[in-house]
Amino acid sequence: MTTTIPAPRTSYTPPKRRRVNWEKWGWLYMRVSGLFLVVLIFGHLFVNLVAGNGVRAIDFAFVAGKWADPFWVVWDTLLLWLALIHGANGMRTITNDYAHNPLLRRLILLAILASTVVLLVLGTLVIYTFDPCPANAVAGSLPDFCPVK
Amino acid sequence: MPENSAGTLAPQPAAKLKIKPPRLSGTLYRGREGMWSWVLHRITGVAIYFFLLVHILDTSIVRISPQAYNGVIDSYKQPIMGIGEFFLVVAIGYHALNGLRIILIDFWSVGARHQRLMFVIVILLWIVLIAGFAPEQIRTIVLEIQGHTSA
Ligand code: HEM
Ligand code: HEM
Repeated sequence: MTTTIPAPRTSYTPPKRRRVNWEKWGWLYMRVSGLFLVVLIFGHLFVNLVAGNGVRAIDFAFVAGKWADPFWVVWDTLLLWLALIHGANGMRTITNDYAHNPLLRRLILLAILASTVVLLVLGTLVIYTFDPCPANAVAGSLPDFCPVK
Repeated sequence: MPENSAGTLAPQPAAKLKIKPPRLSGTLYRGREGMWSWVLHRITGVAIYFFLLVHILDTSIVRISPQAYNGVIDSYKQPIMGIGEFFLVVAIGYHALNGLRIILIDFWSVGARHQRLMFVIVILLWIVLIAGFAPEQIRTIVLEIQGHTSA
């Protein structure tokens, strides 16, 4: 058996690892999503809180008007997914920092994961199953474009 | 061939070094503005997160009935909520501006060197944002106190 001894000046090559470095991708996600969120959140706040009559203008018809436009449907979908995953991943980091008890930590991480999945599904369904002219509406609460009953 | 023989590798006199050693070298996140910027970033991140959890739930009421949604939103049009919205915007303003600073520190080649200056800029822009938003929100809160709850 021959043993090859590397030349003395050969630099150290770490063994090839095949596992995905999730921590690195999470770190990158926080930064990339953050850039998008600046635009998405300030746009959302401006339209809903500042423009026109601000928060006083919001009601069912206001939401129906926005979601009649695919632009705001896409906007809110991106906002929902990017913000919730960014926030949940941040909460995961904080949990890892402070929850020293392994059982407690697992429970908190599980709760974060479960609530994130549930809210992503709920929020997405709300946007895409939205009915601007529901049958159970009281007169006057519907947007102008609904057929009059 | 090494450029210097071992004899010339003796430490240079400190006075000749171009870069002054910082007061705490290599500790961007320990003490001073490095640490406080991080503490505030963490606190605002958690606050926004819990707001978002509630906010997705309250928006989902839009699928129950128009009356139910309008009822919930009307409770948002109370003065106390107006104050809450103000602090939400203040928190998001800081988190977003400082988040951009973090991104510049990590990706801009000279970002870490300018982190302190960038923190000053973050605080200044934050004050501008608050000053721009406050009058608008105070007007809203006053109108809400007077009972104008809808458009
Ligand atoms: C006080 C300030 C805010 C007000 C008045 C407000 C108002 C609204 C309204 C009226 C909607 C319905 C759809 C639409 O208008 O686009 C909505 C949806 C939404 N908002 Fe906000 N918003 C506020 C702050 C925020 C913030 C800070 C975030 C992100 C962190 C956010 C994330 C969302 C998301 C993800 C949806 C879609 C929810 C779903 O999928 O069911 N909002 N918001
Ligand atoms: C407005 C745009 C936003 C930007 C530019 C931004 C940027 C960032 C960045 C760069 C980090 C640092 C991650 C790290 O240190 O590895 C971070 C952390 C965090 N963000 Fe955001 N973010 C934004 C919005 C949000 C929103 C909407 C939420 C809540 C839903 C949120 C919650 C958090 C949390 C909980 C952390 C973890 C803090 C920590 O580890 O100390 N952020 N954010």
